[in-house]
Formats: sequence, C-alpha cells, structure tokens
Amino acid sequence: MLREIRPAIVFVVALTLITGLIYPLAMTGIAQVLFPHRANGSLILRDGKVVGSELIGQVFSADGYFHGRPSATNTPDPKDPAKTIDAPYNAANSGGSNLGPTNKALIDRVKGDVDKLKAENPSKQTPIDLVTTSGGGLDPHITPEAAYFQVPRVAKARKLPEDRVRQLVDEHVEGRTFGLLGEPRVNVLALNLALDRATAR
Amino acid sequence: MTLIGWIQILLYCAIIVALVKPLGSYLTRVFNGERTFLSVALQPVEAVLYRVGGIDEKREQDWLSYTVAMLLFHIGGFLILYALMRFQDLLPFNPAAQSAVSPDLSFNTAVSFITNTNWQNYGGESTMSYLVQMLGLTHQNFLSAATGIVLAIALIRGFARASTNTVGNFWVDITRCTLYILLPICVVYGLFLVSQGMPQTLGPYVDATTLEGAKQTMAVGPVASQVAIKMLGTNGGGFFNANASHPFGNPTALSNFVQMISIFAIGAALTNVFGRMVGNERQGWAILAVMGILFIAGVAVCYWAEARGNDAFTAMGLTGGNMEGKEVRFGIVASALFAVVTTAASCGAVNAMHDSFTALGGMIPLINMQLGEIIVGGVGAGMYGMLLFVIIAVFVAGLMVGRTPEYVGKKIEAKEVKMAMLAILILPLMYLGWTAGAVVIPSAVASTANPGPHGFTEVLYAYTSQTANNGSAFAGLTGNTLWYNITGAIAMLVGRFWMIIPAMAIAGSLAAKKIVPASAGTFPTTGGLFVGLVVGVILIIGGLTFFPALALGPIVEHLAMTGGILYSSN
Repeated sequence: MLREIRPAIVFVVALTLITGLIYPLAMTGIAQVLFPHRANGSLILRDGKVVGSELIGQVFSADGYFHGRPSATNTPDPKDPAKTIDAPYNAANSGGSNLGPTNKALIDRVKGDVDKLKAENPSKQTPIDLVTTSGGGLDPHITPEAAYFQVPRVAKARKLPEDRVRQLVDEHVEGRTFGLLGEPRVNVLALNLALDRATAR
Repeated sequence: MTLIGWIQILLYCAIIVALVKPLGSYLTRVFNGERTFLSVALQPVEAVLYRVGGIDEKREQDWLSYTVAMLLFHIGGFLILYALMRFQDLLPFNPAAQSAVSPDLSFNTAVSFITNTNWQNYGGESTMSYLVQMLGLTHQNFLSAATGIVLAIALIRGFARASTNTVGNFWVDITRCTLYILLPICVVYGLFLVSQGMPQTLGPYVDATTLEGAKQTMAVGPVASQVAIKMLGTNGGGFFNANASHPFGNPTALSNFVQMISIFAIGAALTNVFGRMVGNERQGWAILAVMGILFIAGVAVCYWAEARGNDAFTAMGLTGGNMEGKEVRFGIVASALFAVVTTAASCGAVNAMHDSFTALGGMIPLINMQLGEIIVGGVGAGMYGMLLFVIIAVFVAGLMVGRTPEYVGKKIEAKEVKMAMLAILILPLMYLGWTAGAVVIPSAVASTANPGPHGFTEVLYAYTSQTANNGSAFAGLTGNTLWYNITGAIAMLVGRFWMIIPAMAIAGSLAAKKIVPASAGTFPTTGGLFVGLVVGVILIIGGLTFFPALALGPIVEHLAMTGGILYSSN
C-alpha cells in the first residue's frame, strides 16, 4: 500500500494538469485560431452591436415577428433568491419544463396555447412545436409548418403581401443534414432579421 | 415512426459495428504495450512520468495492489475536485463571479465525477467557474473514464492469462489510456464540435440586445473540450444545465449524431478487445450481439412511444409526437435514440428532457440503467458488468447439464459466481432501498416536480441513475437538498466500487487458473444459444428485481395517460 503513495501523488497531479489545464487551454488556443466565430458563440452583429447568436433563440412577442417556441427557463426571484420566476430564453440558465405527460399543469398550458393559436389562424392545423417547450429552453428553430402558420399574422402586422413573407420563409427552410439527419427547420432569429431587412427596403 | 427515422437508427448501428474492429485493434495494441503511430511523440512523456512516479513499467501488480492503486488515485482526485469547488470564489478563471459551492453539493458533485456518474445537482453555467469546469470536471471526465477502461482490461487479462497472479500495472494502464486513447481522440473530436458551433473560449458570458430590445446574457466558456470527453468517456455531466439539449452543447443534427457515436464507440470496441485478448474474436462478437439485441428492442419501444405521443395532445388535435422537452433540430427520432444510447451506455448526457417523455418512452432509459448498464455500458464498466452476467449465465447452463461451467477456457467456480452475484445484487438494494426511504420522508417527496405516479418515477429514476453511475435525470426533481446530496452520493459510491472490487477479485482468481482445453462437452460461447441464454439471464434477473417498482411508476402512468387521467399538484 505504502509503495503506491508516491505514484498516486505524482500521477494525480500530472494527469490533472495535462487533462485539466494543458488540454482545455490548448484547445481554446487552437479553436480561437481555426474557428474564431464559432468558438466565441456564433454571435450576430447588426450595426456593430451584438443582437444575439445564430444558435440561441430569443423572445419574440410582437405580431410583426415570427415567434419561437415557448421556453421554460427561469431566473432567481430578485425578491427571494430561494424562489425562481419565469424568464423565457434565459441563456444563462438553460432548462426544460420537466412536466410529465399526465401532469395537469402541462395539459392546461398546452391547451391555453392551442386556443390562442387557433384563434389566430383557424384555417391551419396547430403545429405542435409552437405549444411545447424545448429541452434547453433556448431552441433557435421552429418547424417549417410553424413558420408558414404565422405568415398571415406577420404579413398583416408588417403590411407586406403574404406571398412576400412566405417567400422569405421558403428561403430560410433548412433541410435535413445530408438529406438524412435531424428534422427540417427554420431559424427564427435569422428569419426575423431578414424580415427587418425586407421591411427597411 | 417514419422510414427516414429507422434509416437514421440503422445507419447509427452500422457505423458503431464498423468501428468495433479498428478501434478494438488499436486499444489492444495500446494495452499490450505495443508501438502505435503516436509512440514517437508520447513515449518520452510516459518515460518522464514513470521516472518521477518511481514505477517500473515492466513490473506488474496483483489484483489487490491494482485495486488499491485505483482507490488511492480516486481519493486524490476527489480531494482536488472538492477543494476546487469549495474555494472557486478565491481562484482564477471565474469571470461570472460564481460563489463557493456548498459542502453537501460539493460532496455530491465530487463523488458524482470520480464515479463516472456526473449526476448534476448543480446547474453548470449558473454554479461552476471556468476553472472548476476545466481543472475539476474536465479532468475527472478523463480519469474516471480511463479508470473504467483499465479495470475492464484487468478483468479481461484475468480471463486471458493463465497461472499468474498479476493483472497489469494500474499506473501504466491509466497513463497509456489517457495519453494514447482519450486525449488524441478528444483533440480532433473537440475541434469538430467547435466547427459545428460549440463555444471554446475563456471570455466572459456575452450580453446581447435582442431584436425586441431586451438584454440576453449568453453563457459561453471552454465547452467543446469538456463535451468531447464527457461523451467519449460516457461521463455525461454537461457544461450547461440543459446538457446536450442546449444549442451550445449540441449545435447541429450532425454534432448530435457524432455525439451518439462517440458514446458507444469505446464501449463497443472493448468487446473486440476481449475477443482478441482471449484469442477468439468471435467471443467478443457474441457479447456484442447480446448488447445489440437488448439495444434494438429498447430503441424500438422508446421511438414508438415518443412518436405515438401524449394522448392528451392528440385529443387537442396536435400531431407529430411528444415534442415537450425536445429540440426541433433533433425531432422525435434523434431524441429517442439519444435517450436509449445515453442510458444503455453509462453516459447520462441528454438532448431532450427525459422527465417529459411519455410514460413508456421514459421507462426504457430506466430499464437500461436497472439492467446494470451492460448494453455497451460505461466505458469499461459496461464490459465488466456484462462479464458478470456472462459468469451467471454459464453457471446456469452448467447447472442444467451438471458440469462445472467453463468460459473462454477458464473453469467458473464457487468464488467467481459468489463475487458476480455480490456485485449484481447490490444494485437493486441501492436503487430500490433509497427510493423506498425517500418516498416515506415528506421533505424528500416535496422535491418531486410532478404529481401522481410520475413523481414516484422521478425518485426511482434519481437513485437508479446514481447507483448505475449514469447521471441522466428526470430533472424536475430538486436534487440539491441535504437528503438527496448525501444519499445519492452513497448510492453512487456503492454502485461504482461494490461492482469494481468483486470484479477485480474475479480477475485475480481467474488469472491464477489454468486454461482448460475445450472438449466435446464444452458449452460453446460464440453461438446463438449462448447469446439467447445471456439475454434471458439478464432479463430474468432484471425483470424479477425491478418489475414491481416499474408497475408503480411508468406502467401505471401509461394506463392513466391512455385513460385520460390527469394529476394535479393540489
């Protein structure tokens, strides 16, 4: 037993430094040289200011923007740090709703959202991704169906022809990777930025 | 379920099978001490470590010294990690000014990482400084994974060797595993992840002003370097609270697919290492076949349940499966597949919230863990866990025909069977025992987030996951309480070391035995009969143990869900 003490100390310290310090710092250095945009969070600048990340969803509530999915993230209550309050798309505290399939709170929430969306666009089937929260609460995407679903509202608020808005959605539909992996999707922030550009012109 | 969904699943399986031979060959060379293409660069580093550590590369240890060395190594790692968390507010690389972690949470987390569990009672980006994430967590991701692998190698050597009392040198094995296997793969893999959009920076969290004018603070950090090893080493503890469902933790459908491959790669390859070391690769393929059958069955049920969705949603006219807690870029199939992979292996990373899965969809991850995570399993841990079941299976076969059982040329006798049963029986004692305790303690029940049977499943899942050293969660459960931190840590320690020590005792006992040449009366362990027998033993032992608990949780919840019964909190 005693003869193992010296190697224990040496190998714990040496391997800690190699894997815990040299490796991540070297990786940071290489990544910053090879993929600086990606390594720093794929940030989007508009007029020199950071308006978000290509990969992180954000809150959209105005009628003139496409809306993302509901988000279950929260933040500590400023009045009582032991509690939390809702803070959708809080990118400093990711998380899901964790509501189980037979929890009345889940079903009531979904029902409320379905009713609202039905009132907005009765002609189309309500897309399920618009009434369910994502795993991390930061989902940047919606399904193409969810984007087309919102076209009439957005077009009306923007005073644009629906065809023009639908065309913008068409341009932002991303297919499966290699035609196989994942699901077709639309990046909400990218679409809304394009919408702002289209309206500004 | 869709055709394209099944094509994704089959493609995944095909890639894993294709990797088994080349990776198995490389691992075997590394642990046999043969030269590899990395030797030129790494041998000098190794030599320095051995000289400073005062060990002789050629001197091997018996099973007890090997185990003692492993335990000392863990105690050292535990102390470093615990101290880093307790003092993180005083240490550098803390741009988000995280305060010191509480003693019980530090204890739980340190145990969680040294046991390769990576249960998260903490929320990554809201609790841990960059220094803790790197020097504490990333480092333990490597070392707990390397430990699992070298222990499996030691047990395999027990089967492969004859009439000797040594099983290898722990210090040499752990060094070679880290330097030749884990680090090089992680460098390439980590950079791939960055190219997909995963951050790798020491800069502070980024503030953005959204299009609607709100302030959004985005957590970033040295993410990719940690995620690479957390997947490859089946650790699973995320940089972020939401783990691999966070877009920075799993940016694209491609990064998701590669992450799933990396979870299974080493564990599956170890079956081939086993075959090579005992001199018949078909022995390894037979074990992989057992794993494959159980895996495909789990995927089919989980995918079916999630694609079928929640009856309450269907009643509102919603279609498209159960998307609550899932990401659009992955959809149903990649989320269900990931859930099965991460719990079949001992990974525990999640790309969707298991707590929001349908009752049966969430039951599959639970069963995977309760079977002892032997379907590929944790790197190394799955292999030695599976070999324990194999010992029981050949023992049962031996009883049927009245012969002393043999496996790969070794007689399996009373000592091996007793040790295997000891290791296998401790698991249900932990996950059922602590669950039974928790559900009669009001403050522990208060931690559940969902009413009805789902709340029970949350508790059962928590102890199962920690005992099995998985680390995934029904994350609604508030685990950061004194009760869950302490009892969970005990479950993790027992689940890890009460498996390891009997497994190592078996390694020592087997290494000392002679090789018995195969005769006409030897039960062949490379054919379909053997595969079926092992699958049967696993399901019977598992089924009898945990079916009653499943009946109280997910099964009754499934009946409630299809019957339109809802539960409310008050």
